[in-house]
Amino acid sequence: MTARRIALTVNGARHEAETPVRQHLADFLRGTLGLTGTHLGCEHGVCGACTVLLDGRAVRACLILAVQAEGRSVTTVEGLAPDNGPLHPLQAAFCANHGLQCGFCTPGMLTTLAEFLKDSPDPTEEEVRVAISGNLCRCTGYDSIVAATMEAARALREARA
Amino acid sequence: MKPAPFAYHDPRSIEEVLDLLASLDNARLLAGGQSLMPMLNMRVAFPDHLIDLNRVEGLTGIMEEGGSIRIGAMTRQRDIEESEVIRARLPLLAEALSHVGHRQTRNRGTIGGSLCNLDPSAELVAVATALDAVLEVQGSAGIRELSIHDFPVGFMTPALAPEEMLTAIRLPVPPAGHGTAFTEFARRHGDYAIVSAAVLLVLEGSRIARASLTLGGVGAGPLRLRTAEAMLVGGAPSEATFGAAAAECAGIEAMSDPQAPAWYRRRLSAVLTRRALETAAARAAV
Amino acid sequence: MTAMPATMRLVGRDVPRVEDAALIRGRGRFVDDIAPPGLLHAAFLRSPHAHAAIAHIDTEAARALPGVHAVFTLDDLAPHLNDTRLVVALPSPAYRQELHRPVLAQTEVVHVGEAVAVVIAESRHLAEDAAALVEVEYDPLPPVADCVAALEPDAPTAHRDASSNLAAELVLEYGAVDAVFATAPHRFAEHLSIHRGGSHSMECRGVVARPDPLEDRLTVWSSTQTPHTAHRLLCDLLGLDERAIRVITPDVGGGFGPKLIFYPEEVVVTLAARLLGRPVKWIEDRGEHFVATTQERDQSWDVELATDGEGRILGLRGTLVHDHGAWTARGVNIPQGAVSAMPLPYVVPAFRMAMKVAVTNKVPTTPVRGAGQPQGVFAMERLLDRAARGLGIDRGEIRRRNLVPGERMPYATPLKTRGGMQVVLDSGDYPRCQAMALEGADWAGFPERQRAARAQGRYLGIGVANYVEGTGRGPFEHVSVRIEPSGRIVVATGAAAMGQSTHTMLAQLVAEQLGGDMSRVQVIAGDTAAAPMGIGGSNSRQAVLAGSSAHVAATRVREKVLHVAATMLEAAEGDLEIEGDAVQVKGVPEMKVTLAAVARAVAGTPGFAIPGGRGPGLAASEEVVIDAMAYANGTAVAEVEVDAETGGVTINNLVFAHDCGNALHPRIVDGQLMGGIAHGIGNALFEHMRYDEEAQPTSTTLADYLLVTATEMPPVRILHMHSPTPLNPLGIKGVGEAGVIPVPAAIASAIEDALSPFGVRIAQVPLSPVDLLALIDPQASGSAA
Repeated sequence: MTARRIALTVNGARHEAETPVRQHLADFLRGTLGLTGTHLGCEHGVCGACTVLLDGRAVRACLILAVQAEGRSVTTVEGLAPDNGPLHPLQAAFCANHGLQCGFCTPGMLTTLAEFLKDSPDPTEEEVRVAISGNLCRCTGYDSIVAATMEAARALREARA
Repeated sequence: MKPAPFAYHDPRSIEEVLDLLASLDNARLLAGGQSLMPMLNMRVAFPDHLIDLNRVEGLTGIMEEGGSIRIGAMTRQRDIEESEVIRARLPLLAEALSHVGHRQTRNRGTIGGSLCNLDPSAELVAVATALDAVLEVQGSAGIRELSIHDFPVGFMTPALAPEEMLTAIRLPVPPAGHGTAFTEFARRHGDYAIVSAAVLLVLEGSRIARASLTLGGVGAGPLRLRTAEAMLVGGAPSEATFGAAAAECAGIEAMSDPQAPAWYRRRLSAVLTRRALETAAARAAV
Repeated sequence: MTAMPATMRLVGRDVPRVEDAALIRGRGRFVDDIAPPGLLHAAFLRSPHAHAAIAHIDTEAARALPGVHAVFTLDDLAPHLNDTRLVVALPSPAYRQELHRPVLAQTEVVHVGEAVAVVIAESRHLAEDAAALVEVEYDPLPPVADCVAALEPDAPTAHRDASSNLAAELVLEYGAVDAVFATAPHRFAEHLSIHRGGSHSMECRGVVARPDPLEDRLTVWSSTQTPHTAHRLLCDLLGLDERAIRVITPDVGGGFGPKLIFYPEEVVVTLAARLLGRPVKWIEDRGEHFVATTQERDQSWDVELATDGEGRILGLRGTLVHDHGAWTARGVNIPQGAVSAMPLPYVVPAFRMAMKVAVTNKVPTTPVRGAGQPQGVFAMERLLDRAARGLGIDRGEIRRRNLVPGERMPYATPLKTRGGMQVVLDSGDYPRCQAMALEGADWAGFPERQRAARAQGRYLGIGVANYVEGTGRGPFEHVSVRIEPSGRIVVATGAAAMGQSTHTMLAQLVAEQLGGDMSRVQVIAGDTAAAPMGIGGSNSRQAVLAGSSAHVAATRVREKVLHVAATMLEAAEGDLEIEGDAVQVKGVPEMKVTLAAVARAVAGTPGFAIPGGRGPGLAASEEVVIDAMAYANGTAVAEVEVDAETGGVTINNLVFAHDCGNALHPRIVDGQLMGGIAHGIGNALFEHMRYDEEAQPTSTTLADYLLVTATEMPPVRILHMHSPTPLNPLGIKGVGEAGVIPVPAAIASAIEDALSPFGVRIAQVPLSPVDLLALIDPQASGSAA
């Protein structure tokens, strides 16, 4: 009763592992699977650092139990770009615009924005700000992140055109 | 900041949920988890059993039935926010949802979870109250219907028996010629509102035929301003009418907490009510 | 944008950051990412009381829980410690009592969150389960919740055996202050208060300690800004020699001040690992961060400004009560920094500030980004606004009349630093900087905007604040530069990276001298095994101190490389250049020798002379000593709109003009400033660490303690001046804290201006909408709550 074996897809690969039922998804990804790119900044659902995509939707991994991800597909920051391949346009734009300093909030920003740009390929700056209003960053003051997102949106649109 | 131990159940049907509720002590239902999970992580909630509703069949969906919209309790806030039916028929709900938390929480949070959590500041509770929602509650004895106005029975306490669950919410669609508005004052975008106001006005010609005013965040539960509503009905939408109705807020009971004292909540109530009335009237007139 | 010499190819340019490659893919290595085999997890049991005697601790039930390896109280740890207290106070004659905090509380707890016991278990979940089973019998004692009330004669004491709550008192003064005030034509007095906040790096603190039986050594990874200090204290406390402990800072998810402190958890976790022979990890959770990581900013000021009829400052005096918290976790540097920041930008002929440092039953206070300076600037700028209004002078103009003029640089002030050195403002043109900010914000056009808005019932306001910040606190930072036989360049430093691009900064400076390819440079920051000494990250100091050492060391290595290569190529040194991985003859790139070959040539061959005749190896180690601080300056102008019905504030525009000398990397400079500005907006309007009258913290989640998010940020424009400092070879000044310093003062000034029709006076930050509505309509708040 205290642990369960679960199977799920993470970054395109199938994983099977045992997890305590009280373990949240972020600890499962970090501890059980060793995918430490997903960070924990508050564990009460405010900071957004642990954001991952669950079946394509941005969710806070500290507010979902690992057992709830059974059979689902999870994408973490490690899955945004192929291991040794080119960066996702958001990642490239973050680097080019100094969108990260300490890098702790960055994985959650990237996953949140990856979903957002799929839904809103041509956003305004204001829409970008609203999209990341559930992600705290203490280093950048956000402007460089907004600029990076606008640049990435352009790049994604051009790639599609 | 890790949860205390609990047993986890993930039933697939409403019947299984009801059986579990009837047989387990100290069980909590887990809906979207956006309020309960922080409480578990912070060890301020200690259920022995967690009954996960996320795999239960038949609890999601948005359907227009007769004069109402029926929304399954486990429908995600994001799905409601983006629903064409909701945007067209219940724009007040869509407007309020844009203030509820953030993209990530709405992707997970459900309408039923928010209603049952009954946070005094919850936007969805205020909107359901303004729209005279009817709740479908299921127990071992079957389904009963409950008015939203009878739902809160205390601070964050819904009128649900331990073996009952909320399965759906029905929102009557207001008649043509109506206008709605949701205004709130929160410290930051996406924060729980200190005070929110949900307003529905139905105009007939140049007269107000029906008015519904609800405040969130002022007391333990949503506050329907019946006196002010009565003042508005029959009158013409005007600055003076709205001002007088909003002035009724000066006499309401309001709570104090570290974020805001009662006097401030009363002031906000009047300001937000007036602003919501003005917006709703403008929208009704279009 | 930059004033660096145009001949430099990396320094002064927006080169790609070396940190990004790993971080952007989620491959950083933060302390919580370190999971050695056999890892155990620690959870601390913390005091729920602000003040209580500990009658008894019973750990039996906790020890009995399956999966628990140990439960330690101070009684258990003391036999293995040279001292049960953390003696970390900076030297000062001002102390009136010793307040060294214990490794764990033993007989008395003095703030909510103070650690009482630690559980080591198979998982963090189990450790927390067991911590809940530790039974502590507390006898509550009267708490001290307010620093001003703490100094009342009949106040209870925050420590039951103390005779008073006075931790320290000191006076900073020069000139005949009282005589000046006795004859001054105008005097303006203010009572001001600034409230407590935290740093809230997105990564909380954390420690992993791993005993290595093969090397008989403990490796400690800590999310700290000062690894060498941690190393020193761990060696002292555990009675181990320097080689027996290695402290490493992995990637650090932000510091902002509190991580420069050495904490009880660092020694407890290290000792637990040693006692159990297993690696142990403790990761501070956000709830703990609110009650166990140091905070800042609670201060109460009574200040008075004397001016002549034209608004020229004649004197400044007052008193300051500073909330020290429950222990001395750093020193008296915050009130000292606060008070010193007051007069710095201005010509202030006479000055006296008397500081009292009060003990309270709250988390200890130590520097948070800005370190007292936001408070001092707030006090000074509020007084100048008051004088401007009283004398009918424009707020920009009264400042212009008092700013230290550019032509008087270097300007020797009568002030002294905490080390007793005279404060000499080294460079800059403060009036020009302010003029730039005012022009950027269209200060002159504002009255018209304000009038137009008021005609529509809207309340606009504009405000200005200046600051001068002592940056680059010395005495030194260690940097070594070495070219390995592989030709790769290794840079090791005592500086500590916490997100401010330290690796990039050092790689840039070193690569500039050694071939221009940053990818060939490996920087090791924050590893006590790699750098023999170091001071670490604080005081906007690392670019100045470590940057200077890196520049000098790299230059020395370059000279040697060219000398040896000249011998090898049989060419003149002056004809050579380093390009990429090789030294080549200018204009004849095929005549070259690789750095690897040069390094191997001087690595020595038994029986053969070293070519070049300057000894073996291509390495240099530097600790450039710079005692005097480099003074950066700036001006913030904020334009706000206040909703007079709700008290809500919208910042419509924020202009920040500043001068940090040369910019090593303009984009990083902007990034540092923007982060500071966001923090300043938080301090002005959002961040308030609340305690109730029993000293119980009441804002202990990030839903209650409000950090600025992207939607609260106004349009910000940063304007640059570059007045290189003569104090270091790069002409640079620190920039890590600048943004936060003037922003609360500028916003307060703007709000007061917006609400001038209501006669509102702003005398505190943070300002909530409730505070503002109470000021707009005092009767509303006076009515029954």
